Amino acid sequence: MIHKYSLNGFNIVLDTNSGAVHVFDDIPFKMLDYLTDSVPDDPPEKMIADLKGEYGEPSVREAYCELKELYRDGQLFSSDDYEKFASMMINAPIKSMCLNIAHDCNLRCAYCFAAQGDFGGERMLMPFGVAKRAIDFLIEKSKSRHNLEVDFFGGEPLMNFDVVRQTVSYARGLEKKYNKNFRFTITTNGLLLTDDKIDFINKEMSNVILSLDGRKNVHDRLRIRTGGAGSYDSIVPKFQKLVSKRGEGKDYYTRGTFTKYNLDFTNDIAHMLDLGFNKISVEPVMSDPRLPYSIGEEDLPRISEEYDRLAKFIIERTKAGKKFDFFHFMVDLDQGPCAIKRLRGCSCGNEYVAVTPLGDIYPCHQFVGNEEWKMGNVMDGSLDENVKKRFAGINVYSKPECKSCWAKFYCSGGCNANNWQYTGDIFKPHKISCELEKKRLECAVMIQAALADNAENA
Amino acid sequence: MKHIKTLNRASLKESAVKGGCGECQASCQSACKTSCTVSNQKCENKNR
Repeated sequence: MIHKYSLNGFNIVLDTNSGAVHVFDDIPFKMLDYLTDSVPDDPPEKMIADLKGEYGEPSVREAYCELKELYRDGQLFSSDDYEKFASMMINAPIKSMCLNIAHDCNLRCAYCFAAQGDFGGERMLMPFGVAKRAIDFLIEKSKSRHNLEVDFFGGEPLMNFDVVRQTVSYARGLEKKYNKNFRFTITTNGLLLTDDKIDFINKEMSNVILSLDGRKNVHDRLRIRTGGAGSYDSIVPKFQKLVSKRGEGKDYYTRGTFTKYNLDFTNDIAHMLDLGFNKISVEPVMSDPRLPYSIGEEDLPRISEEYDRLAKFIIERTKAGKKFDFFHFMVDLDQGPCAIKRLRGCSCGNEYVAVTPLGDIYPCHQFVGNEEWKMGNVMDGSLDENVKKRFAGINVYSKPECKSCWAKFYCSGGCNANNWQYTGDIFKPHKISCELEKKRLECAVMIQAALADNAENA
Repeated sequence: MKHIKTLNRASLKESAVKGGCGECQASCQSACKTSCTVSNQKCENKNR
């Protein structure tokens, strides 16, 4: 399987199964229209006849030889040998946990998937006793896995920061005994950030996600306080302080959500850069299509255009020595995750779970509050192995639409919670998410092609 | 090659053989939490 597309003057060909990425000139690119799943020894006569007028027969035959070479080397129309690996890691150890440390929030963001912080239930904070049991549960269920991830999430985790501190201290105290390496992360709206919290976060958290939508009017339109006022003016200086003290080697992301109201989100990214942030993630809102800010299929052409604009903006900045990271355009074509990881995707409900303030376990944070998906509780140590097995069976081969998609080893099947929420079936991909993901991948690869081209010509 | 430039080493098949150690980050634990991209995650397999 291949995927071919032209973008920003580059003819790009992805060979899905080998992971090879090629830039073609026009001759071999046009030849692909005459080939289906192989490059035969003898070129199709019609192909030569059609192309020789424009390019001359020697060049056409020369380009065909190059196609044959790629095919022979397993870099074009390569076979799909991965399905046999799909059953690996069934019932894998749990090694990642989203700890919903606060089911309460001091903002009332209109688009919040967590129902303004309470996940559709009672507003409450996680007691340390529950957090402690969650850490014990993770250590036990992670078996021989060394790297364990705990994300302090909410709601707003800073509303329960004493428990965050206690939990980190408790887990760190167990690392040596159990040969574990805890990687803590936190996602915050920033309102309650203080100097001592900034110092703690910068010391203990391997990544911190700072929620910021971009320009003040964009941010304040939907990220509002309980009284209705915006939050931009309060949080931006705190985020700037945190990032300035963050130090090298520790990740952070300013993380925004774009909606129908700001489909020109490149301007929001440019604004974040102006504020001094250079690790940025801006993602499409996922919400009920009937809501006014929701992204619908009718918005896809405009968003696609905007991603193209953003990609060109990134290329220009990089060439000018002002590189920044845009999370969804980051792709390492050589040293990315192994094929096994790419088959399995996020591994929610199997390697990754979310825990509520009551200790209830859900397949991930997006399933929280939907009783039918509850799979256990850390207080009594219960875990429904049947639910876990069901999630362990999710891979790009068990989702029919993914199996035949060129992007399957890049996106790995998308978000299972979105699938369930918007299609009613965890195995059925959500169309808008798929279209956006594919567009982002096309842009991400094109950026690599453009930068490689630039390096060669430098 | 004159007409084709290959940008990477195309090692996906190779990666399957030594892959699956499970030490890498769950993709949703990074900067997204709502949409999933796996190809931007880092490999942590020391034996790869």
